[in-house]
Amino acid sequence: MQPRTTQFRQNSASALADERIQRNLAGLYSGFHSARIDASSATADWESLRARGHEIKSHVIENLDYYLNTLADSVERAGGHVFFAKDAEDASSYVVEVASKRGIDLVIKSKSMLSEEMGLNERLEAEGMEPVETDLGEYIIQLAGDTPFHIIAPAIHKSREEVSDLFTERLGAPRYEDIEDLTKEARRQLRQKFLAAGMGISGANFLVAETGTVALVTNEGNGRMVTSMPKVHIAIAGMEKVVPSIEDLAMFLRLLIRSATGQMLSSYVTAVTGPRLHDEEDGPEEFHLVIVDNGRSRILADEHLRESLLCLRCGACMNACPVYRKVGGHAYGWVYPGPIGAIVSPMLTGLSDGKDLPYASTLCGACKEACPVKIDMPRMLLYLRKELTQGDSYPEHRSADAAERLAVKGWRASASSDAAMRATNLAARLGQALLSRGGEISKMPGPLSGWTDHREFPRAQKPFRSRWPLGDDAARRPRDER
Amino acid sequence: MSAPPDRRRVQLFVTCVVDQLFPDVGESVVKVLSALGADVEFDTDQTCCAQPAFNSGFWDDARPVARRLLGQLDPSKPVIVPSGSCAAMIRNYYRELFADDPVNLSRVNRLRPHIYEFTEYLHEFFDLDMISRLLSDSPSKDGVAFHEACHTKRELGVDAQPKALIDMMPGVRRVNLPQAEVCCGFGGTFSIKYPDISGAMLSDKLDCIEASGANVVAACDSSCLMHIHGGLRRRGSAVRTKHVAELLAERLKQPA
Repeated sequence: MQPRTTQFRQNSASALADERIQRNLAGLYSGFHSARIDASSATADWESLRARGHEIKSHVIENLDYYLNTLADSVERAGGHVFFAKDAEDASSYVVEVASKRGIDLVIKSKSMLSEEMGLNERLEAEGMEPVETDLGEYIIQLAGDTPFHIIAPAIHKSREEVSDLFTERLGAPRYEDIEDLTKEARRQLRQKFLAAGMGISGANFLVAETGTVALVTNEGNGRMVTSMPKVHIAIAGMEKVVPSIEDLAMFLRLLIRSATGQMLSSYVTAVTGPRLHDEEDGPEEFHLVIVDNGRSRILADEHLRESLLCLRCGACMNACPVYRKVGGHAYGWVYPGPIGAIVSPMLTGLSDGKDLPYASTLCGACKEACPVKIDMPRMLLYLRKELTQGDSYPEHRSADAAERLAVKGWRASASSDAAMRATNLAARLGQALLSRGGEISKMPGPLSGWTDHREFPRAQKPFRSRWPLGDDAARRPRDER
Repeated sequence: MSAPPDRRRVQLFVTCVVDQLFPDVGESVVKVLSALGADVEFDTDQTCCAQPAFNSGFWDDARPVARRLLGQLDPSKPVIVPSGSCAAMIRNYYRELFADDPVNLSRVNRLRPHIYEFTEYLHEFFDLDMISRLLSDSPSKDGVAFHEACHTKRELGVDAQPKALIDMMPGVRRVNLPQAEVCCGFGGTFSIKYPDISGAMLSDKLDCIEASGANVVAACDSSCLMHIHGGLRRRGSAVRTKHVAELLAERLKQPA
């Protein structure tokens, strides 16, 4: 997917102006977000699960080479092939090569954000192949030529009417009013593809190192069909997806599913280990696991950001984020939106291009509170802001503008002494006397004009420092007028 | 082991926002603490905790200002901060700011346990009953909506304390505020960098406040209250904003 992280401002403005998007986003609070809170409250040991999840995933990330080697050995032992891809191009080429060798032209896919990252569909199409998304949301997105709006609910920005129009236009379907009818239509269309496809491409929610198992979580069962019906199954996964054992997988499934949709368990959990063996009745003849770096080792190398690789991609931080719930997924300009996206998208696609993202947060901490593996997103956002401004880790990406530098120098001067604070106060009070006569300040000039588009500007008062020491009558004095 | 700190001798870090924009909040804090018999020290040379620069990424500019405050606060006496966000800056984020400066880092670590958000301090050192005995029936009957300011709640874990104080106030009914834990959209420089996103978040907050039926919205952070106040005034709403310290101070019995 072509990054558009430079367009955060424009894209967030259009989302704010779109009533339907605002309605759908507002629904996330009463929907996924509240469901997650209910599900986690109903889980007696939730906090210790989170702590354990953090601990295990941190251990894996700190010892990633070991776990990836173990995983590769396990997959090969089970009869599968493993390919380590350094970037999207590398990974896509491998997929194309496997398909070409077998003369495959129809590929069915279950939802994978990594596939979006790689632009895999575009690449397959360029090679004359037909990739078909089978997750309903992704199917809609693919038909519309759109990009995912949310990592677990990619088409959440679309209305029923839009989907109906889309199906009529792209599939020649009758105009359905009912969501159930629309789903049936998609099912009819997809069934043919499932039966005819030569290759299934899945993502992976988890990779189990000790067994070589790929675990998939879906609610539509499409993951199971993608991984078992075609002759060839390729699973693509970011290198951070590995967990040590099947026992760990069981725990991470609880954390992931409850955090993602608020379900206690998803409708389907698919666990695939290698290709079909000679005494087995179904499954693919050929199994490939493509483990993709695509910039992740850059994150791994930075001790301050490494923690972001713990992410299970559950989307809870997006649902919890009051900024995401206003600007939506497209504003962030790449595959991963929301608080975690504001960290990983710039790191994977170019920090200075994505410089607006780490600032697109009030640092309210709702993301950290929601995260099933306790990722400290506010701390990392602060770190990236520092790196973009005055840090040493990515000097070529520093990008604070001159006006902001000047404002900070001004702040620093005003905070340098008691006298400076008094002088600043005096200047503010003189200034506000010019801007308004005693009442509220409704219009500020320059960079503060945006503030007063939505709210009155506060008035400076005779400062506390000038009132100190408070008289003995302080307790009796009536409150000053505001 | 050093001697336990004297709870009655406290230092006030008033914060720049309270100093410059809401000095009544500072006065209210002092009134309440004095009524409880505390001896409040205030160093007029203090300025800012450095959060605005720190949050904007300007750590090199934040450090000298933070160092200044660090030198002024005595790590043997409670520091009372009438703002959850500024208290969190000192308690949680000075460690990040001074991570590579062992001398100041050790000072931060000595100071951290003595940093108290105002209502947190009241709870830690005083009996609710004792505070309650200082309050008289206020002539005004207030329906108070409590905004769970993000840093107060999530960074400091302070939430039950102010609610208990409000619930104890005579003449006050704490009303249910929908989405009380959702950010008001201020976020410091966020509200200047992204005024429209911030404004949309504020608008939701104001809707919830108005729907709550409260005539007062209270919090433990003057910055959030400043933002909410600005929004309410723009809407022409009759709802007032008050710091929890102001609600308490208004209800203090007159000294005999």
